[in-house]
Amino acid sequence: MKALSQKRRHPLAAIILLAVALVLTGGLYAVASATNQAKADSEQNYTADDIAAGQKLFQSNCATCHGTSGEGTDNGPSLVGVGAAAVDFQVGTGRMPMQMQGTQAQIKPGQFTDDQTKQLSSYVASLGAGPGVPDKESLDTSKGDAANGAKVFLANCAMCHNAAGSGGALTRGKFAPTLMNVSEEHIYEAMETGPQNMPVFNDANITPDEKRDVITYLKAQESNSSPGGLALGSLGPVSEGLFIWTIGLGLVIGFTVWLTSRSA
Amino acid sequence: MSNAVNEYQASTTPGRIANFVDTRVGMSGIVREFGRKIFPDHWTFMFGEVALYSLVILILSGTYLTFFFDPSMTSKVYDGSYVPMKGVEMSAAYASALHISFDIRGGLFMRQVHHWAALLFVVAIAVHMMRVFFTGAFRRPRELNWVVGGMLFVLSMAAGFTGYSLPDDVLSGNGLRIIDGVMKAIPLVGTHLSLFFFGGEFPGHAVIGRLYTLHIMIIPALILLTVAIHLFMVVVHKHTQYPGPGRTEKNVVGFPVGPVYAAKAGGFFFVVFGIIALMAGTVTINAIWNYGPYDPSPVQAGTQPDWYIGWVDGALRLMPGAWPWHWQVQAGGTWVLAVLLPMVPAAILLGLFFTWPWLERWVTKDNREHHILDRPRNAPFRTGAGVAGVTWYSIMMMAASSDLIATHFHVALNDVAYVLRFFFFFGPFIAFEITRRICLSLQRKDRELVLHGIETGRVVQLPHGEFIEVHEPLNEYDRYRLVNFNSPVVSPAQPDKKGKISGGERVRGRLSRLFFEDRVAPVSPEELEAAHKHHELESGSH
Ligand code: HEC
Ligand code: HEC
Repeated sequence: MKALSQKRRHPLAAIILLAVALVLTGGLYAVASATNQAKADSEQNYTADDIAAGQKLFQSNCATCHGTSGEGTDNGPSLVGVGAAAVDFQVGTGRMPMQMQGTQAQIKPGQFTDDQTKQLSSYVASLGAGPGVPDKESLDTSKGDAANGAKVFLANCAMCHNAAGSGGALTRGKFAPTLMNVSEEHIYEAMETGPQNMPVFNDANITPDEKRDVITYLKAQESNSSPGGLALGSLGPVSEGLFIWTIGLGLVIGFTVWLTSRSA
Repeated sequence: MSNAVNEYQASTTPGRIANFVDTRVGMSGIVREFGRKIFPDHWTFMFGEVALYSLVILILSGTYLTFFFDPSMTSKVYDGSYVPMKGVEMSAAYASALHISFDIRGGLFMRQVHHWAALLFVVAIAVHMMRVFFTGAFRRPRELNWVVGGMLFVLSMAAGFTGYSLPDDVLSGNGLRIIDGVMKAIPLVGTHLSLFFFGGEFPGHAVIGRLYTLHIMIIPALILLTVAIHLFMVVVHKHTQYPGPGRTEKNVVGFPVGPVYAAKAGGFFFVVFGIIALMAGTVTINAIWNYGPYDPSPVQAGTQPDWYIGWVDGALRLMPGAWPWHWQVQAGGTWVLAVLLPMVPAAILLGLFFTWPWLERWVTKDNREHHILDRPRNAPFRTGAGVAGVTWYSIMMMAASSDLIATHFHVALNDVAYVLRFFFFFGPFIAFEITRRICLSLQRKDRELVLHGIETGRVVQLPHGEFIEVHEPLNEYDRYRLVNFNSPVVSPAQPDKKGKISGGERVRGRLSRLFFEDRVAPVSPEELEAAHKHHELESGSH
């Protein structure tokens, strides 16, 4: 016992403890993300043809930035291990191929068909295991719980995307886009892969069921007509203030001019 | 008993009832007194009324809301009809606000009436204040009423803020969190103040109830009292009027309050009500159901106060957080300058606002009564200063929406802050100079018009070949407005009885020069005469 308590004061003790802690958390993380991937990859069955076609598309559209075998260049990160979900999200929302270097890849009309996107995904997935494209079950909003989704969303996403999902600014020109009219699949994949400045919400942070709840909540927000009338972009007090100073005051001034122009 | 002989006998039943009441309460005397008050007719005179009617609507809709709102912070599980919040734990206050919105008949409409009316109330006060300022209506004898009006503005912000905080959602809680931060930044007493206000550590369990008392009793009572004083003084001072033929400092030209004006005013109340109801019925305001119950951990993108508090929030946003220094001083406690300094502009702005009538009187040495208003262009310095103040306020208000400016105009948030910081310091001066110059040029244009008439666009060739454009002289009525105005001249520093010029007097002299040195004088009768001679010569020479 005595020996142990003496060793505790050894200068290396702190470092060893730290190392143990790191290994433990790292191990836990690996287990958690391994469950992610295990689930993902088992659901995906890409054929060798898909992968080959994907490789061709990749060479001609992506390799300039991401390297001929996805290893990354100065112009784009390595895609080894980002998984099919990342490609499906980035290409499906039109962010990739990126048009120009900037603070953030912009959404634009998609350049590839669904089949081509699938081929690209299968090729990148073949480079290294990563989160896969979600299955139908995880996206079925009829099985989700909007109230729980609201809770998860307000706690994890609203600080960047606004309480109503209408988007918000981040520093230095980066921004979190609006989440209205984003497909179920892309919402799921965004959480799974954390595009650009968005953090990754892996299955240990937000379980697949909770992800489905979030999607359910967002879809409910989208389809429910705003209870109070025009939503003014759901931007809160700023758009309300703008409205009262323009339309509201404009109406009032119109009436005052009208009333005083007809003398008695 | 001559009384019995003269007694008025009404011939109809309603007449008899009216006469019965009148002989007991003396209503006709009151109506005669107030009904004969003259109200000049101009659309810019109606914003005070808009504020008054909004206040009435606020009180009516607010009373309705008190029947259903529960200002309690005890936690409960929501079980109303708004599905995305079902089963969520929240305060009774938030639950009842949701209940009002989704389960009380007309509740959401009333909430929206109340909130839109609140926004319009403060807008109307602000526009009314600007009208009074830019026309110089605050001058003697109305200085005190200017101060009373300013108090109303401050009270209306307090009413708005306490109301905004009541629903206890994330948005309103974030607002309170900022108030908590500002309180705690006050040296020495800050922490105690915050503990006292929140009844313990923020957010505590008391603050909503306390805000409720302030919001529905204390502040409205103060507002009503202040409004009464304000209106009483308006009646005592009589209304101001714009310059025009037949209008003097001794009369008021317009319509008597009764019956014409009263009827119009009554109609106008319903117009204002109609506008508010239209907005409330068609446009969402404060969608509390989106924000979720307050919890001190999350902050949401797009968190802003209502517009009239925006300038204070904006000042906080403009302050650099830790650049180039940490903005803290240790002196008998910690002075968190990053939070305290942004409160200074508010103090400066309100200080100048309340003291302006005296400031202007001191500089101009003009202590006469003024019932005829200035046209803004005829007081270039005042108008410039007013626009500078409005600009400063607006820059701060815009800063409160810096994030939305960034996302909607696709610019970087940081750049928005840099640009607004520049305008925070220089904007008022730029605005002042531009406005003053516009005023001076408008005055010169007026002089041109008076001296040379209106350009008709008709060009004629004279017999000897010269082309001239025919100018048509102004009629008397139009000319009156352009030549009759108050135009103070520079009054240099005067020595006192001992023949010495005091420091204060020297400052005053310098300010007076700043105010008036490049004044454009109104056209004098001699100048007018000369100009007419000139024109006659021109057209008589052939
Ligand atoms: C002009 C250069 C460019 C081109 C072309 C391009 N990308 Fe990218 N890509 C980038 C950059 C830069 C990033 C990193 C974006 C960031 O983090 O802001 C990126 C990120 C990605 C990511 C996300 C990686 C992650 O960590 O989640 C994927 C997936 C991706 N690209 C796929 C593709 C595919 C597939 C194509 C071809 C269809 C493509 N890219 C074309 C520049 C490019
Ligand atoms: C730190 C801020 C941040 C948080 C927290 C965050 N996001 Fe994002 N999100 C972003 C940014 C930045 C982007 C844009 C990335 C890009 O353009 O590639 C984004 C993009 C998205 C997109 C893609 C939108 C589109 O139009 O294609 C979705 C969907 C999304 N986020 C959902 C979520 C959800 C759900 C959560 C909560 C679980 C969340 N985000 C949390 C910052 C954030």
